[in-house]
Amino acid sequence: MKHSTLKLIARRLLHAVPSVIGIVVVTFLLTRALPGDPAVYFAGPAADEKSIAEIRTALGLDRGLPEQFGIYLKNLAQGDLGVSIGTGRPVVTELAERLPASIELTLCGLLFALSVALPLGVLAATRPNSAVDHLCRVVVTAGVSLPTFFTGLFLIYIFYYLLGWSPSPLGRLDFVYVPPPHITGFYLVDSLLAGDVETFRGSAAQLILPAFTLGLFALAPIARMTRAAMLSVLSSDFIRTARASGLARSKVLIAYALRNAMLPVLTTLGMVFSFLLGANVLVEKVFSWPGIGSFAVEALVASDYAAVQGFVLAMAILFVALNLTIDVLYTFVDPRVKMDS
Amino acid sequence: MGAGVLPVLKYLPAEAAGRGDTLVVVIGDAPNSMDIHRKGTNRPAYQIAVNLYDRLVTYGNKKLPDGSVMYDYTTIEPELAESWKFAADGKSVTFKLRKDATFWDGTPVTANDVKWSFDRAVSVGGFPTVQMKAGSLEKPEQFVAVDDHTFRIDFLRASKLTLPDLGVPVPIIINAKVAKKHATKEDPWATEYLHKTPAGGGAYMLERWDPGQQTVYKRYDKWKNGPLPGIQRVVVREVPSAATRRALLERGDVDLSLDMPAKDAKELMQSGKLKVTGIPIENCLHAIGLNLNIKPFNDVRVRKAVAYAVPYEEIFKAAAYERGVPMYGAKSMKPATAAWPQPFPYSTDHKKAKALLAEAGLAKGFEVPLSFNLGLAQWSEPAALLLQESLAKVGIKATLDKIPGSSWRSRALVEKSLALHLKNFGGWLNYPDYYFFWVYQKGRLFNSMNYTNPELEKLVDTTLHMPVKDAAYATNVKKMIGIVFEEVPLIPLWQPYLDVAMQKNVDGYAYWFHRQLDARSLRKA
Repeated sequence: MKHSTLKLIARRLLHAVPSVIGIVVVTFLLTRALPGDPAVYFAGPAADEKSIAEIRTALGLDRGLPEQFGIYLKNLAQGDLGVSIGTGRPVVTELAERLPASIELTLCGLLFALSVALPLGVLAATRPNSAVDHLCRVVVTAGVSLPTFFTGLFLIYIFYYLLGWSPSPLGRLDFVYVPPPHITGFYLVDSLLAGDVETFRGSAAQLILPAFTLGLFALAPIARMTRAAMLSVLSSDFIRTARASGLARSKVLIAYALRNAMLPVLTTLGMVFSFLLGANVLVEKVFSWPGIGSFAVEALVASDYAAVQGFVLAMAILFVALNLTIDVLYTFVDPRVKMDS
Repeated sequence: MGAGVLPVLKYLPAEAAGRGDTLVVVIGDAPNSMDIHRKGTNRPAYQIAVNLYDRLVTYGNKKLPDGSVMYDYTTIEPELAESWKFAADGKSVTFKLRKDATFWDGTPVTANDVKWSFDRAVSVGGFPTVQMKAGSLEKPEQFVAVDDHTFRIDFLRASKLTLPDLGVPVPIIINAKVAKKHATKEDPWATEYLHKTPAGGGAYMLERWDPGQQTVYKRYDKWKNGPLPGIQRVVVREVPSAATRRALLERGDVDLSLDMPAKDAKELMQSGKLKVTGIPIENCLHAIGLNLNIKPFNDVRVRKAVAYAVPYEEIFKAAAYERGVPMYGAKSMKPATAAWPQPFPYSTDHKKAKALLAEAGLAKGFEVPLSFNLGLAQWSEPAALLLQESLAKVGIKATLDKIPGSSWRSRALVEKSLALHLKNFGGWLNYPDYYFFWVYQKGRLFNSMNYTNPELEKLVDTTLHMPVKDAAYATNVKKMIGIVFEEVPLIPLWQPYLDVAMQKNVDGYAYWFHRQLDARSLRKA
């Protein structure tokens, strides 16, 4: 079992190599095909032709495409993703600071979504067309149809502006706190590691509203998928047998039905996680969250090549890792799944 | 800058929120560098140059009728320089530096530091070099450190712009001894070091910089180059969403908000809970550009027809929320004063527009793309929609063409390929001839209209360096304005306000041409 899992991981990593190479080439070409001209953009408000040319040389954009690509590959091999012109810092530093911020927010949102969607989906499946089922339908429809920036602003208006329960929407920490020392980049984890309960509370409080906003959006597919998967499992023969054998209701529901229904839910979870990570730009903007989404959008607007390339590459690697994790999780949830056969 | 370097300080002192000596500012876009001379430094980073560094000179203040305060471009006051004297032959100016001024590290500020800093500004290329050039400051040989406290600038030409150009954010005085330690052969001007670590002697020093999140300044208590600031610590927090900035301000959690959309400014002003200051941005216009290289805008009658077809009032109400000075509806084709900007002699008159189009042989109208910058969509999108509707009434079919920020500069300013477009330009140095130099002279970056007029070329060239006191100055400026009244390559809409909202206990705000917050004059009751 353990051996086969390791083999699976190794094989999957090997499979990922061509796609990563492809991504490197395609993002390089795509960024160059963007309509904007970074030299002009970054030459500043009162640039003349001479200073635009100077910037072009400084950015290395006066060289041919193959040469630029060669330099990019050489730096990449040394783990150097270049410097983002927009923020003036190495792309690696930006990613190391912003990716954890986004992942922390996304995971919290997902956790919230799961904690609501799973029970809701299970309940709806066990009692089709009951009040719970209708509630599930309403929540799901609302979650999908409310745009995140609207939910975000609405929550700020109620819980911060009117009621004053929530802390000011000023990003990961209010300005009275200093961020915990960087270990994992997740403030919740780092503050606990540093034994700083106050900062932990502060960052948790900052997370509630944005995580709720994101979670509301992520809830729908998970609840729908849980409900559908549970419905089909509950009507299958082995459940009938289990019930006929007089097993406890909870045992039938959780140990047999839910476990078997988890496979499609896991797949959905993987997809939801990836689109949340990409789609939370608006949430980041509304809550001043220093995440990867706003960084990527600004880089795109400014045709900041190094930043865009670094972002896409990081996302690609993240996706490979995510898919792998989900696949490995499959083998634990359902031992029948053998990827290498 | 890692948080690890501050091991004991778990919180910024708790008084950060609310207490009298800390000011919390929210801003839409944060500085991306500590060095204004670096390539790619963004506009919000100019506030670093303003608050953390000194210049030789600064500008005075003046009070406006409504009680608000703005800098006064006609009075130049000492900052690091105690006094200055123009040579009798008019070929140089000599500055006496304050003897007791020190950098943050305690070393005295000398003329060598000034020379190194100015050499850097004219040598690194890009924006700082262009800005220095505007004041005829072009070569390191012009800057002479006579002794430790005497500094001389030799002129390439006598120009009224030289002294004012020393008061803009660019010619900052850097601690040359510190910077030189970090200079390398590839990087002789220590751009890598100064990008992250300011080295100066300004009224504030850097306490923290978390790029993309916040910048915190701390007062330099030994500052000698002006009255000691009233605020000890300034926290500048980046909050990209304008709605969130407004909520923070209305809740009283922050003291001051920059980058106010006109709509918010108008509503906050009406609510009366906060102090809102709106001051017309000098030498700045929101306008419609007509590209003379693209038919039919080469015909002045067509340009005038468009100028008569613009729904000025509607645009001013719906796009500017009346936060500005209208730039239309003047009565005479001859400008009465040399003031700039001043209203153009056009107002909405569809009949006249149609007649002019018929005269140009375009009675049936024509089709044209109407381009605007998505980065400025807040005002340009509603303006474009209203313009499109109004142009249709005279037979001009405009199709909207939205251009993202990065392509805008290339297409509008470098290639100059946009036929009909909404644009904005503001000049730092508040002289009409300076605006004309950038916008109306042949081939200039902001002449997205491809406009040329030999008479205007000559007028601008002779007027640009002429002192304002010169008898010919006002006449020349009036002539220039008269020409563009008549030829309208650019149809001004309004002069925008710079709106800033703050709590009622915040005092001492002043408008500056660089549009950044100068925290040095602020106080909190």
